[in-house]
Amino acid sequence: MSASATSRASSGPLGLRWRRQALPGFGLSLGLALTWLSLIVLIPLAALAIKPWEIGLAGLLDVLSEPRVLAAFRLSFGGAFLAALVSVPLGLLLAWTITRYRFPGRRLLDALVDLPFALPTAVAGLALTALFAPNGWLGEPLARWFGWQVAFKPAGVVVALVFVALPFIVRAVEPVLRDLSLDAEEAAATLGATRLQTIRRVVLPALLPAVITGFGLGFARAVGEYGSVIFIAGNLPMVSEIAPLIIVVKLEQFEYAAASGIGLAMLLLSFAILFGLNLWQRALRRGRE
Amino acid sequence: MSGAARPAAADPAWVRRLVIAAALALAVVIFLMPLAAVFNEALRRGIEPALAAIVEEDAQAAIWLSLLVAAIAVPVNTIGGIAAAWAVAKFDFVGKRLLITLIELPFSVSPVISGLVYVLLFGAQGFFGTWLRDHDIQIIFALPGLVLATIFVTFPFVARTLIPLMQEQGRDEEEAAATLGAGGWQIFRRVTLPNVKWALLSGVLLCNARAMGEFGAVSVVSGHIRGQTNTMPLHVEILYNEYMFVGAFAVASLLALLGVVTLIAKALLEVLAGRRMGEAA
Repeated sequence: MSASATSRASSGPLGLRWRRQALPGFGLSLGLALTWLSLIVLIPLAALAIKPWEIGLAGLLDVLSEPRVLAAFRLSFGGAFLAALVSVPLGLLLAWTITRYRFPGRRLLDALVDLPFALPTAVAGLALTALFAPNGWLGEPLARWFGWQVAFKPAGVVVALVFVALPFIVRAVEPVLRDLSLDAEEAAATLGATRLQTIRRVVLPALLPAVITGFGLGFARAVGEYGSVIFIAGNLPMVSEIAPLIIVVKLEQFEYAAASGIGLAMLLLSFAILFGLNLWQRALRRGRE
Repeated sequence: MSGAARPAAADPAWVRRLVIAAALALAVVIFLMPLAAVFNEALRRGIEPALAAIVEEDAQAAIWLSLLVAAIAVPVNTIGGIAAAWAVAKFDFVGKRLLITLIELPFSVSPVISGLVYVLLFGAQGFFGTWLRDHDIQIIFALPGLVLATIFVTFPFVARTLIPLMQEQGRDEEEAAATLGAGGWQIFRRVTLPNVKWALLSGVLLCNARAMGEFGAVSVVSGHIRGQTNTMPLHVEILYNEYMFVGAFAVASLLALLGVVTLIAKALLEVLAGRRMGEAA
């Protein structure tokens, strides 16, 4: 077997990499894909990695420890975390309803879940602002009954981020829920588990890896979200100003290195969080085997 | 999956009704009410002021600019996405996982950062800024910058819908065609494309919706020159900040319609394809 592999491999100019390529177009398609990726994504992101060092490490740390920048990071990351967390039960409810029940309007509900993907972010921002403004359809009753103000407050940021993050949870959980065999649930019921016990001990643990995936995707998207947030946030420095807005402010003041430094820190921090979630997920998978 | 056939795994009727009611209520509050609010605000003073805000000169310029940007960005990402999916699904090579991860990278990057990176490269003080000025080429605060930022933001859509589907379909059919003497282009057009056409269309639609609706990234590179570098979402923002709410919501209604049409088309494509696809994200 190794002899035949060697003889086939040596027939290609790049040795091993060319084994078993029965189809044409490898060079062309990979070349196109790599050119596209490098020009649009990799080279520009490399610029982001280089630029901040123009002001040196000390300058960079000064920028990142400005109280206004710190407050914005706290709001963006804390708000995104909270929004993704709130989206988990809401997303589970929607995914469960869509996959498990048959009722009129199910297809419509299924299609509506994608609305935040298809609706331009600025429109979503405007819509939520109109809805939660003090005289809005939801803002007015919330203020009258509970004394809550959502628009132009940090709460508004979280509401907008829930809108953005929710579909990620639903779409991550849905396929798993659909493929989850009913046998396990039936077995649990046969062994005397109540329905609630079955869901808590059998269904939810099986869904956890998918929930983590959806949480991570929703969180990552929410951290960087701009359009849906800036209309409803009120953008008060130290209170309701998100990190992407700080980047825009720095750019308008021509502080390019500072803006890139904040951008780079945001990216690295969210990648670190995603990496942590990934590790957790892997540990879960290993535990189940 | 029907409850009656598998009684032990079924929920009692009252639970079912309660859960469905809760899910529908949630969908109404979080999805339908914002959508309705946009149209309601636009039509607050009747249909005429709303229409006037759309046919007005700057709004028309913004609509054409958005169409133009999408008309360039979407084909670029479609070709790139097809090439990447073909390479990933039909061949074995080292670093495939890394390639897929990198293709999905733009989804985890803030739109503002997506615009910022091009300012760093092509802006007046950017890495290529002096060279561009000497050659009298303007990228930032001009159409090329808008297009580049839009391509970055919509980069993964087509690739993401195609890669899992084409991987799942394998390469047997293509290899059979190759054995029978078909060329690469012929194989792609006659074998691969018919198998993935609905998924491809769905990816292109989502890519287009995002391209025409992108806000953060283009806002950074646009410079907000009215009638010249304002796309539809940027025009909405300007009107809103000038307290021209009817106009802002009227143009936003057009964008919302685009989103709704995209959703309907995507749902239809899923029915046509007879399966779920394009778990957009």
